[in-house]
Amino acid sequence: MLVLLEDEKMLADSASELLSSVSPVSQQRALRDESNELGFYPEVWQQFVEMGWTAIPFAEELGGLAFSYKGLTAVFEQVGRHLTASPLLSSIALCGSAIECCASAEQQNAWLPELIAGEQRYAFGFDEQMFHDIDHMAITAEVTSDTVVLNGQKTMVMDGVGADAYLILVKQKDGFDLYRVPSDAFGLSCARVNMIDSRNYANVTLQHVTLPIAAKLNETTLSQETIQAVLDVGRVCLAAELLGISEQLFATTVDYLKTRVQFDVPIGSFQALQHRAAWLFTELELSRSCVLNAAISLDEFKAGHISAHKLSREVSLALYKVSTMTDKVTTQAIQLHGGIGVTDELDLGLFLKRARMAQCQLGDRDFHQLRYARTIIK
Amino acid sequence: MSLDDFRQDTRKWLATHCPESMRTAIPEGELVWGASHVEFVNDDQKAWFNAMRDKGWFCPDWPTEYGGGGLDPAQQKVLEQELKAINARPPQINLGIWMLGPVLLEYGTEAQKQRFLPPMARGEVRWCQGFSEPNAGSDLASIRTFAEDKGDHYEINGSKIWTSYGDKSDMMYGVFRTDKQVKHAGISLFVLDMKSPGITVRPIDLIAGKSAFCEVFFDKVKVPKDNLIGAVNQGWELAKKLLQHERISMSKFGEFTLPNHFSLLPAIREYMATRKANLDASLPQQAFAAMMDEHAFNLTAQRMKDEMIAKQSNPGLMSIMKLVHTEQEKHKFELLLDLLGYQALGQSGAPFSEPQLALTKGWLTSFTTTIAGGSSEIQLNLIAKRVLQLPDAKSGG
Repeated sequence: MLVLLEDEKMLADSASELLSSVSPVSQQRALRDESNELGFYPEVWQQFVEMGWTAIPFAEELGGLAFSYKGLTAVFEQVGRHLTASPLLSSIALCGSAIECCASAEQQNAWLPELIAGEQRYAFGFDEQMFHDIDHMAITAEVTSDTVVLNGQKTMVMDGVGADAYLILVKQKDGFDLYRVPSDAFGLSCARVNMIDSRNYANVTLQHVTLPIAAKLNETTLSQETIQAVLDVGRVCLAAELLGISEQLFATTVDYLKTRVQFDVPIGSFQALQHRAAWLFTELELSRSCVLNAAISLDEFKAGHISAHKLSREVSLALYKVSTMTDKVTTQAIQLHGGIGVTDELDLGLFLKRARMAQCQLGDRDFHQLRYARTIIK
Repeated sequence: MSLDDFRQDTRKWLATHCPESMRTAIPEGELVWGASHVEFVNDDQKAWFNAMRDKGWFCPDWPTEYGGGGLDPAQQKVLEQELKAINARPPQINLGIWMLGPVLLEYGTEAQKQRFLPPMARGEVRWCQGFSEPNAGSDLASIRTFAEDKGDHYEINGSKIWTSYGDKSDMMYGVFRTDKQVKHAGISLFVLDMKSPGITVRPIDLIAGKSAFCEVFFDKVKVPKDNLIGAVNQGWELAKKLLQHERISMSKFGEFTLPNHFSLLPAIREYMATRKANLDASLPQQAFAAMMDEHAFNLTAQRMKDEMIAKQSNPGLMSIMKLVHTEQEKHKFELLLDLLGYQALGQSGAPFSEPQLALTKGWLTSFTTTIAGGSSEIQLNLIAKRVLQLPDAKSGG
């Protein structure tokens, strides 16, 4: 069903309500103005934990709620609307899913409950270049009988500053390995990277970081499909966040068209602008269908009803459509606001900057268009 | 009778009366049009037509006294479900039943209902629609074709355009000007016999070739007074009702007369093979973008259905469907032309295959789709005004 069910709607409504009160957009502005190192407020993150949002997709025996990804993405849509900064994407959607998919039962029992409870915060290092690409990396892992030595660098690690541990992805000849590295490991250093959305990104350098072999999550090499399916959870969350950002910007812009008077009439009475707004509306609605569909695909994949191949197609469709739409909505939001639109007084710029980062983080629209095409033509 | 009993009875009746060959997708050219002279291509078509007619199920929800099936909404839904379950073809196509019928039921006099509805319900009359005029397209209310009150009858002078199957129809319902002083409030709805003296019909050739569209000319055409539907000058209100029914029936119509589906994928494959292009070459990229847009549209159509089932319908979604679908299709044809080169530009004969020639024709026809049934610009106006509630312009609009 490409609609939110009753309990999913309740979840979205409660997210909207809470974020309006504890995390208005003014908070994003404050984070930027004070050059906040962490890029989010721990007290807000604590509220996420208390609301149970960190537990949504995980099994009950690990402290989760065994609720749907569709529900989780409904929360992310609200996160986008309110421009809320939190480690929900990095620590829960990405690292949580990686542990759930790749780690042993023993490791899951040891790590996931703490993650869900917000007692530990993980960050995921996968990219090494200035664009999203896990097929080309230089990091090495030398494995002996009881230790592993990591050498290399991960870049743009989301919420890397202040994380308790990192999941580090290493490419092997025939797949991937995943290691858990505590932030206090000898040889690990973390440097903040300042990006336009003022969120928390880090370059994480690993110099001869020596760990017991138990730091490795997977027993057998992880396939491309497995890792992509983990990243796909994050991708759908990003798509939902972008949808929320665009909805909010579009609503603000339509309001402005109704109230801004020039030539003695509201500018929204001009057909040229009406048609632009109407086109943006259709793009928003098309994207919404794709995001809902991708979220449902995550649930279906987890239940074993669809293949990783189909999942990748539905997810890339969503990010491609939503990213293309967000380009149009963000640029038109500013253009239609005119002079005031380019000032820092309005929040448009904050939304724009977060949107552009989110559009890059797990593959830009070019990446997703090609990935979609490859699911059809080899 | 309980609904379950009705379902069982209906299922049994259909099992006996719907011929096997009428349970397949309907090929173009095999549509049956109800008319004074119905043309059947085989006996099964005729048997299916007659069975449904005698049951009153051409118009299952109409009262039985006017030839309908007398079903309540729940029963009608069951009938639709059972027809769909066996993939039954529509026994006939009839604009009268879909469009004029509901308006007659609501606004017609008892005498008019007795006169027009039973023959309509038996599929004996083919109806066409006289709305647009050469100077009244998107701005329909600016029609000028005048119906002058001559005391004991009306006299019509002027012309209608874009009347589908005007040359094959028995009757027309249409809007005509009855007051030249006011715009919307000077329009009336009439029905008239297409054999009336003074009517000439000329089919319109399109850039795609022969078409069903006609121009209809009226030269001192006499129309009896009791052919006026509703009150004098109430026509605009009734026309809006008719157009609502048009949208509903067009969506029904669309389900079984979807044009040949032209797919981008084989064209992309061929392009990549013959021109040694990669997936990231410009044209394949554009074509994949179009495929993704189409995928997004299909998901949105699915969402619209799901929202209806979940009773969360959002009128905004309905308003974008025609716009998006027709614009996407038109764009798709342009891409197919780009991908296929000369293969998509043949006029007739060798070396072109039937599907190739159909593609060319489909492309030329696609230009019609973003104009007919409310142009894309009108659709955008509607979204801006009804959904986004943007203010009206001071004039025009």
